[in-house]
Amino acid sequence: MMALREAPRRAGDAWRRLSDRAGASAGRAWSAQPLWGKTLEVLVLYAALAIVVPSHAVGQVMAPQSAWAVVLPEQIGVFILMALGLNVVVGLAGMLDLGYVAFYAVGGYSMGLLATRQHWDFWVILPAGIAAAATSGLILGAPTLRLRGDYLAIVTLGFGQIISISANNTSFDGGPQGIPQIPHPPSIDHLKQLTFGVSDGRPYFYLVLALIFVAVFLARRLERSRVGRGWIAIREDEDAAELMGVPTYRFRLWSFAIGASVGGAGGVLYAAQANYIDPTIFSYQVSIFVLAAVVLGGSGNLFGVILGAFMVAWLPERFRVFQNDRILIFGLALVVMMIFRPEGLLPSRRRRAEMADVGGGGGMGAPLIAPGAEAED
Amino acid sequence: MSLHSFVAEFWPSTVDGLVLGSIYALFALGYTMVYGVLKLINFAHSEVFMVGTMAVLAVLTVLHVHTPPGGFILVGLLLVCVLVAMAASGFTAVLLERVAYRPLRRRGASRLAALISAIGASFALQEVFGIYYTRNATEMTAIMGNSVVFTLGAARVTSDDLLVIITGVVMMVALERLVATTKFGRGIRAVAQDPETATLMGVNLDRIILYTFLIGGLMAGVAATLFDVHYHQTRYDVGQLPGLKAFTAAVLGGIGNLRGALVGGLVIGLLEFYGASVFGSQWRDPVVFIVLVLVLLVRPTGILGESLARARA
Repeated sequence: MMALREAPRRAGDAWRRLSDRAGASAGRAWSAQPLWGKTLEVLVLYAALAIVVPSHAVGQVMAPQSAWAVVLPEQIGVFILMALGLNVVVGLAGMLDLGYVAFYAVGGYSMGLLATRQHWDFWVILPAGIAAAATSGLILGAPTLRLRGDYLAIVTLGFGQIISISANNTSFDGGPQGIPQIPHPPSIDHLKQLTFGVSDGRPYFYLVLALIFVAVFLARRLERSRVGRGWIAIREDEDAAELMGVPTYRFRLWSFAIGASVGGAGGVLYAAQANYIDPTIFSYQVSIFVLAAVVLGGSGNLFGVILGAFMVAWLPERFRVFQNDRILIFGLALVVMMIFRPEGLLPSRRRRAEMADVGGGGGMGAPLIAPGAEAED
Repeated sequence: MSLHSFVAEFWPSTVDGLVLGSIYALFALGYTMVYGVLKLINFAHSEVFMVGTMAVLAVLTVLHVHTPPGGFILVGLLLVCVLVAMAASGFTAVLLERVAYRPLRRRGASRLAALISAIGASFALQEVFGIYYTRNATEMTAIMGNSVVFTLGAARVTSDDLLVIITGVVMMVALERLVATTKFGRGIRAVAQDPETATLMGVNLDRIILYTFLIGGLMAGVAATLFDVHYHQTRYDVGQLPGLKAFTAAVLGGIGNLRGALVGGLVIGLLEFYGASVFGSQWRDPVVFIVLVLVLLVRPTGILGESLARARA
């Protein structure tokens, strides 16, 4: 019985040692290189991704039962983008946002409405949708970010609900019928590879890959900036951060708006490829799935988040054989994952140090193993 | 928007709101007590409620109830239903604690990890019923005939309305007394205040947490029975929206606060029906959440404040 009880911890520890060693040496090798070397490697990695991943053969292996050209950019790509955006809010600033779908919806409906009613070009709508999502993040955040912790969670959850219900109830955005026939983005320079059509997923994949690249780049820069350090301080101890002169409210608002804008970009992209949206696409389950991806991968660590998002988006497609049972399996997998590895697949190094230190960035009121842990508000 | 229909439907809305509100209040206990003790959003509690509604359905099916009985048989049937539902929900809540929360707690996992584990457990439980039972809504026999007891303005108050409201309020008061006056209640309050010191003072932490989940589950079982008595239908995801509302009720009243759950539940129930009569029934849910946001802006810890720990005898 004792051995059985210890099993999760042992397995977790073994994985941790292994991933630590690999991670540390990879990290050292990476930072030892000059800038041009890093740039070159990123470019090579991207070229490989761009050529290999969208190919039919990979699709056959990765998702034999569904159209890889659709699944890859529209589901996996957009999902990774959204997880990167939510990571800014949850992973960096440590706020629990259960209504992230709201910003996805703002992006999606910006694309839908501006493209079909105003006939704007996709390349104009993309920044416009991002701006609209960021603005709605500010509007939602301004009154609610003064609240703490779990109150914020419930308010954002409520807001996510309001968005999809309102989209359903109002008529100017098509109500429950949604918006059909959203135009695809125009092609670039008449290149055959970059014609955004119906059957070929490749151009969309390149587009989403480019946006993911921008999001990762910005997130890395932000993390090391004054704001990023402020976020981490807020995440670890809000009162102490406030006392040390971190403008907590303003920084939280920033992280909310930045996270929102990435979600908005995801929405625009989705609408442009799917060329159809309706309120059911923006249900609150989406918020939950994105959050699960962030935590599963290891909140705060970009590669962890990307891996988590990929798993959450891809696994259900891969296992379409179990059509009926896949959400059941997904649910059980979440429980098992959290038991064996509560800090996620690839946690950020700083996060892990926190966990070891206080029994988990705000443990559940009553930790038994780690003494000295305190219940966070 | 129509104030006329608000006036015309005032009494029926009030009665319906109080009925739904009492169910929310009982349902909210599982959220509010677990939050008070563990500082954790008990996301899977909606499924504890769902299991309760399914248990009542099972009782009615097994006993071949096709018409509402009367007299002592009705009382007996209600008792059987509520006991079975409480057992089923209580068992589910305890199971959740053992499987989805306790292993994480032992490893000192973050609350975010526990939330994800709860979400996973919630999906899994829903799917078990969705896959192995049915994804369609199941109508069940009305346990009580809707005999009108008295009228209140335009509202016809039926016997099941009364049963729901009275049971809800009585259970809430009883539980509040339990936590405020008994030794066991003192243990809960101690853990809510400071788990570490409570442990040092000889409180068995694991047992208190388990009982907290159990009580939340039992009350969800009562709520589920009342839900079935009044709405007589269920579905594999029946707990989801009411669960969200019940949690909102707990937050609105002041999370961790038992009286707050009652106040929050009743307020949300009333708001839903008043909101529906003013803005139309499709705006029922947005109204609730907008009011929640507004209340939290004025009183950031809910109407009565958060205080499972500070409850005094």
